[in-house]
Parts: sequence; C-alpha cells; structure tokens
Amino acid sequence: MQTIRHFVVENFLFGQGGDRLGDRDSFLEKGIIDSTGVLELVTFLEKQFQIKILDEELVPDNLDSLEKLAQFVAAKQAEKRAAAEPAILAKM
Amino acid sequence: MQLESFLEHSAARHADKIALVCGDRRLTYGAIDNSCNQLAHALIAARVERGDRVVIFLDNSVEAVRAVFAILKAGAVFVPVNPTTKPDKLAFLLNNCRAKALIAPAAKAAQLEPLWPLTPDLKSIFWVGDAPAVPVGNGKSSQRFGAEGLPSTPPANKCINIDLAALIYTSGSTGQPKGVMLTHLNMVSAATSITTYLENQPDDIVLNVLPLAFDYGLYQVLMAFQFGGTVVLERSFTYPHAVLATAVRERVTGLPLVPTLVAMLLQMDLSRYDWSALRYITSTAAALPTEHLLRFQAHFPQTRIYSMYGLTECKRVSYLPPDQLQRRPQSIGRGMPNEEVYIVDEQHRRVGPGVVGELVVRGANVMKGYWELPNETAQRLKPGPLPGEMALYTGDLFRMDDEGYLYFVGRKDDMLKSRGEKVSPREVENVLCGHPSVAEAVVLGVPDPILGQAIKGLVVLKQDRPATVKDLKYHCSQHLEDFMVPQLIEFRAGLPRSANGKVDKQALLAGMANQREGGFSNPPVTGGLENPPSKDPVEQPA
Repeated sequence: MQTIRHFVVENFLFGQGGDRLGDRDSFLEKGIIDSTGVLELVTFLEKQFQIKILDEELVPDNLDSLEKLAQFVAAKQAEKRAAAEPAILAKM
Repeated sequence: MQLESFLEHSAARHADKIALVCGDRRLTYGAIDNSCNQLAHALIAARVERGDRVVIFLDNSVEAVRAVFAILKAGAVFVPVNPTTKPDKLAFLLNNCRAKALIAPAAKAAQLEPLWPLTPDLKSIFWVGDAPAVPVGNGKSSQRFGAEGLPSTPPANKCINIDLAALIYTSGSTGQPKGVMLTHLNMVSAATSITTYLENQPDDIVLNVLPLAFDYGLYQVLMAFQFGGTVVLERSFTYPHAVLATAVRERVTGLPLVPTLVAMLLQMDLSRYDWSALRYITSTAAALPTEHLLRFQAHFPQTRIYSMYGLTECKRVSYLPPDQLQRRPQSIGRGMPNEEVYIVDEQHRRVGPGVVGELVVRGANVMKGYWELPNETAQRLKPGPLPGEMALYTGDLFRMDDEGYLYFVGRKDDMLKSRGEKVSPREVENVLCGHPSVAEAVVLGVPDPILGQAIKGLVVLKQDRPATVKDLKYHCSQHLEDFMVPQLIEFRAGLPRSANGKVDKQALLAGMANQREGGFSNPPVTGGLENPPSKDPVEQPA
C-alpha cells in the first residue's frame, strides 16, 4: 500500500497533502485522478508489481482508492502465482 | 423562442419519457420540468432577478442540469464554471460577472469560505448536498438547492429571445478569462443548426462525458431536450470501460468525443462491445489526426463520424459530412445550416480558394460580445455586410478548396489546445511567475499523441531560490484547472530573446523540435494537414 500511496501522492498531488488522503478516499470524488491519470497509474502498477491489467479491470471498484488499489494488486499477484503453479507441478 | 422552452415543449409532448439518465437515476421530462419550476421559484425567492448572473459550479449531475433550466426559468443568466476551477479564479469569475448567486457542492463549503468577504455582489449560495452548518455571513444567504414546498407551476416568462441566456467563460491570450455573452436566440439557433445536420430524432440517446461547463458538453443536454431524446450523463471518462459498458447497456445512438478520447479509445479493445445501436460519433475541440480518424472509422464501420470545428464565440462553425470523410479527411467541412463562413485577408477582403486567411462567421449563432470587455470584443466582432450586423473574426487561419471545404492552417494567436481544452500560455506563465522561486517562465505546446498538445513550461529560477519540478506543478495545481497544469517543466539558465526583447518562442520551439518530445510512451502519431504552409512543429490544428 505504501508504494502505491507514494506514487499517487507524488504524481497526482505533486507531493503535497498526502496526510489528508485517506486510504478509503474516492479518487473520483476528490477529483484526484482523471482519464489521462488512470493511464499513468496503470502503467505504474503493471511495471511495479509485474502484473497485467486487462481493459475491463479499469473500473472504480478496482482503482478508485488506495485501499481498493492495494486489494486489486494483491488479487492480481495471487492470480499470477496460482497460474504459475501447474508449471511447477508438471516439472515434477 | 426561449432556451428553456426546449424542456417545456418536450415535457408537454412526452412528460413520461426518460430525459436524463445519470448513474442509477432516471428522470422523465415531466419530473425535470416540475423540479426546475420549483427551483426557479427558489431562486426568485432569494431575489434572483431578470438578467442576474448565477454561477453553476457543479460536476456533471442531475443538479447541474436542473440548475441550467431553473436559472433560465427565473429569467436569469447561467454561468457554468468548470468544477476544477480553484478558489482564486472562482472569486475572479464571480466578481467579473457580479454574480448574484452561486450553486456549489456542499463538500466544497470549507474550501470556498475565504471567498465570502471577497465577493460583495454575491448574495446567495445554494448548496447541493446537505447545507453546511458553518454560516456564510458577509451579507449572504446560504441554503440548500432544493425544491421543497415550492410551486411546480412555471414562473412568469420575463425575457425575450435577444436577452442573455448564458455567459460562458473562455481563456484568452492575455491570460484573463473572457465571458462570452450568448442570447436565447444565439443558443436556440446554434442548437437547431446542429441537430439538423446530425439528423437527430426523438429516439436518439446521447452519451455525454464532457463537462457541462464546456459548451460542447452543455449542448448535448440542450439539444437532446430540444429534439426530445435522452441524455446519459457521465461525470467523466476516468474509467473508460465503465463508461463504454454504460453506453452499450443504454443502447446509446450518439457519442460526442474530443480527439484525446478518440486516441484513448484507439488503445482499448473495442471489439468486445456491441456497437450496433451507435448511429453517430462527433469530434471537435481540437484537430483529429487523420490517421486516428480513419482507424476509428474502421472500428465503427456502421457509424457516421462527424469531424467538426467551432469556438465558444459562435458555438459551432462547420462539420464534415460523413460521406466526405474518405475523400477529404483533413477537412473540417463546410459551414453548418443557417450560417455563412468565408475567409478574409489582412484587409478583411474575401479571398478565393487556396488562399490562407482568417475565417469569418456570420449567423444568428454569433455571440453578442465579451462581457464588459469592449476592446477585446472589437477585435473579434466587426461589422458584417448588413447595417448593425456583427460578424465573428475567429482568429483561426484556414484555406478553402474549390468546393468550399475548409482546412485548418493555424491560430493567429498562440493559444494552445490540450485535451480539447483551450489553454492560455500567458495564464499559465502568470501562475508560474507567481511562485516565489521563479524569475521567468515561458509556456509552449508540444505535440502529444493523446493530449493533442502537452503543456510545457520553461522556467528560469531566481538565484538562491531552489525549487523542484514537483514544487512548481503543485503550485500550478493550486491555481489552475487540471487541464492547464503543465505536464512538462524544464529549468533553463536563461531564455532567448528576439529583437524586440520578448522571449523568442520560435527559437525555443525550433530547438525542441530537434529532440524527441511527448508526454506518453507512445511515439507521436503522424497525420494532420496536407501541405501545411508552415514548418512550425507546434502549430497543431486546434
């Protein structure tokens, strides 16, 4: 969560006001991120966490607060690990 | 005919038809008309009088739509202001038009508190959401924007069609916003022309993601109410797939876009959606690169795409009929119905095909002028062919082909277009120079495949006053609307001067053209003009 918080505060709040951004605050409601901002955020998440985000996953439920972002990233990483397991089994 | 009659006539004809869909709210024409009558009475009770200006400072929402029509029914003038406007600029706008009332979200009450002592002409604040407990004082009344207990019969009509309906502020090259004065006649005429060439019918369902503070977004609601259709109103395009899913679910027939959104859509997988209901797409506000336009048409083979051009000062100027798209995709078309356009030279004489000159517009859609700015008005409105008639000098350079189709060449001034929004370099420079560490600043546009133009600031810092790029971007974000904050800031030791002592922007642009620039990782897309007369890399079509 901290890495994500740092990115959002640095890039969308220009380093200020991080202490006023709650984990559950809606980015949409607060006007923090707009459509071009979402593209930047997605690029960051994919690179930072080595995950692939699908177009249909670009929805408020996954992206609209620090908490939602953290949960979404955790879920994607778990999904990635689960997909890797059969390959390990096959080698055995 | 008054602008509010669009709503009233549709309510009389189809009271039970859904006029507006916003999130999970669906409102009929009858319900909207009744609530707007009530809200008009609320404004009148707060002493909003004929001709008074009322500022609407709301996101796209049911309340914003109601605010427009309530203000019109009260005989007043609505002034839509972008909800990302920062308090100091909002104060400027409120004072500039001596607004009598303000309609704003209750969530912003604390942020707006410093404005109350600074705005003596503002007498009433109407809050959307629960009215804040904190009193407003300063001779102002504060109340909830609500209809409880008020009559739902329409207030008496006070205006005639040559009275003002709206004041829409637009950025100017001096950095100060200018209020475009629009009468009922201006707006009814423009809406009628547009719905005619778009061939709108009552069964059209239009998705609007554009801000209502922007005339392109505002008119989606006005026009839909005129032809008795349905508007699906979205707050923004922040979550594109959610918006597209809504568009498909609602079987939207019309999709107004700006080139930034076209570029974003082209990066998505559009084949997953059923677009069979989509009858038309429109694009304006900035130049649509030819390559994007043609690729876009390939994704929507059954949909008519209208590439258009206009300016707030006359709402819209031209459109390219979809059947001309393959033949002349770089053209923004010919004048719309009930309007005449022509190109003039420096002496204001009409020129023939192939000659570059300034585009002039005449028609009932041409504004009455800029609010209380006679000099600026005189630069744009000049006598037309008939006595007393004023024609609009657009400040844009065009040429026409043999069949009268227009091709954008460049702007006469150095205004920028980023995300389809007008950005005044001077306004951004003024803000940058307001930072204590900045000695000088110049702001330029650099080509960007998504934004159209990215905003770049070149800054010379004062000696011993360090600042980072982030410090300056934060500073800008506190004083400028989102789309005006520079994406790129570079520090320079000094800025080149031309012979007259002014910063030599041409030299700077030429220097930058030699490097790879761009706000996003995609390489800049080619396309745009054929045979552009100027080699200036930043002169993008508006």
